[in-house]
Amino acid sequence: MFVPLFVLRNAFRHKLRTTLTMVGIIVAIVAFGLLRTIVDAWYAGAEATSSARLITRNAISLVFALPMNYAQKIRQVEGVSRVSWANWFGGVYITESNFFPQFAVDAATYLELYPEYVFKPEEKKAFQVDRQGVVVGRKLADLYRWKIGDQVPLRGTIYPGTWTFTLRGIYDGADAKVDESQFLFHWSYLNETVKARFPRRGDLAGVYVLEIRDPGQAAEISARVDATFKNSLAETLTETEKAFQLGFVAMTEAILVAIQAVSFVVIVIIMAVMANTMAMTARERYSEYATMKALGFGGGFVAMLIIAESLSIALGGGLIAVALTIPVADIFGNAMGTLFPVFFVSHETMLMQIGAALVVGLVASAVPAWRAGRIRIVDGLRSVG
Amino acid sequence: MTASAPDAPAAASGEVLVAVRSLSKYYMRGDQIIPVLVDINLDVGVADYIALMGPSGSGKSTLLNLIAGIDKPSSGQILVAGVDIAQLSDGELAAWRAAHVGFIFQFYNLMPVLTAFQNIELPLQLTDLTRRERRERVETALALVGLTDRMEHYPNELSGGQQQRVAIARALISDPTLIVADEPTGDLDRATAEEILGLLERLNRDLGKTIILVTHDPKAAEHARRLVHLEKGVLVY
Repeated sequence: MFVPLFVLRNAFRHKLRTTLTMVGIIVAIVAFGLLRTIVDAWYAGAEATSSARLITRNAISLVFALPMNYAQKIRQVEGVSRVSWANWFGGVYITESNFFPQFAVDAATYLELYPEYVFKPEEKKAFQVDRQGVVVGRKLADLYRWKIGDQVPLRGTIYPGTWTFTLRGIYDGADAKVDESQFLFHWSYLNETVKARFPRRGDLAGVYVLEIRDPGQAAEISARVDATFKNSLAETLTETEKAFQLGFVAMTEAILVAIQAVSFVVIVIIMAVMANTMAMTARERYSEYATMKALGFGGGFVAMLIIAESLSIALGGGLIAVALTIPVADIFGNAMGTLFPVFFVSHETMLMQIGAALVVGLVASAVPAWRAGRIRIVDGLRSVG
Repeated sequence: MTASAPDAPAAASGEVLVAVRSLSKYYMRGDQIIPVLVDINLDVGVADYIALMGPSGSGKSTLLNLIAGIDKPSSGQILVAGVDIAQLSDGELAAWRAAHVGFIFQFYNLMPVLTAFQNIELPLQLTDLTRRERRERVETALALVGLTDRMEHYPNELSGGQQQRVAIARALISDPTLIVADEPTGDLDRATAEEILGLLERLNRDLGKTIILVTHDPKAAEHARRLVHLEKGVLVY
């Protein structure tokens, strides 16, 4: 019990200094956790994907749609069990700032391919039978305080006009990684309306979603699908759902690299601050360390005391920071609305935060501990703290 | 009180505890050699109490540090109970100090975050004694220095004299062969200094502790059995 007691009493000997150092560590580790969570949120779409789903899109660009008759041909490709499709709608709810993803989906098949969207059976049925019905994620419904039966108008941008939907269902994610900010309505409603107004834009799908029997065969099945449409007017590019999502992430990779760099710079800065604190602390106590060595304690023991003190301050700050990161991330996630549909502090991030705190404590104490461990007793006894 | 000639090192009692032979210590300043101690020969007997005196810079504290094993000589031998401590490694020397030397410093050198009890107990953390055995020993030492009622006090809650008595108890706690005291009264008023010197004298007389005291206060030196003078690194009488 002597060593922990001695270490803790020494750690809080200068309460203001230790408190300020801990505050610095808390701020740095919270910032680190928040930045890591932002990076995780960026990848959330890819993380929530299923290895049993493939996405087929136009090989030239996602901007160009694919003919509706491709669905039947894709269904016949060996290894494909089910096919559905979706169109990006890109409407505006009241103002442009109210951004959330809106897809026109084939109601009969799409929800079957996404079992992670958990519905009440009656709400799912109500959606299926209402051509103007819409289902939304819980986060989106909560954000705009929508209730079942509410009318939700969207101003079309890709598909001009005002589109009014009736909220028929609200889904919950099967786990925290599922995006609960989606707005899914009937592709048939979109298609029929568009065909009436702009006949050449009808019977087109933005992407096809394929369910495959064996995820291990994803590459072969993708190649077979694309081969089916080789040399056609609309050649396809088929990839796993994860690769499809990562394609979006790649567009903003520079931002992600910058965020990751900043998260590590924050840790390096607090490491330098704490190293200065520990150096100052050790220098003030050279006389005490020399006395301990004179009494028979080894240089290694003295060094260990400094390392343990540094680790206890850093770990204390780190644990408080981890506890604070969760509510801070909640506040931040809510403030961001649907920009980060999935925003939660993962266990990996928490472990990284604790690891970062330990590294800060260890690195900050390395030089002071080495010096104190090697100090000559006669020199230490002469030093004035 | 008797003085010994530098060329005729002698112990007050028959049995020699510390034998210093041809001891020299010098420092290098660039290419220049700065001698601190030159060819010192000295015997300290078991249960002896000697005072090392001399002006500032005479080398008395350096000689004390060498005998206590916290500094290493440039040449010569320091035999303590037959062990040449100049030949011990740093680790061996640390273990030797823990077992054989009790330190008393001018500024007490107590750990400010530990109570009087914990400060006295500190050297016992290096032993295999049980908690109960450590407590018994500390209580005995506290009683010996008259601080039983102050055991839970921190150093900053004690007077200078009380702090030095805690330091003396800490020096005694491991029952060392030798007690070294470097200007133990240098930071105390005369009355308190007399108390501390009286306590050291009792330790020597009643408990048979061998004490080497460094001081430049003649009144403090009067309490010793033997007086040794150093001047410019040489024993003069």
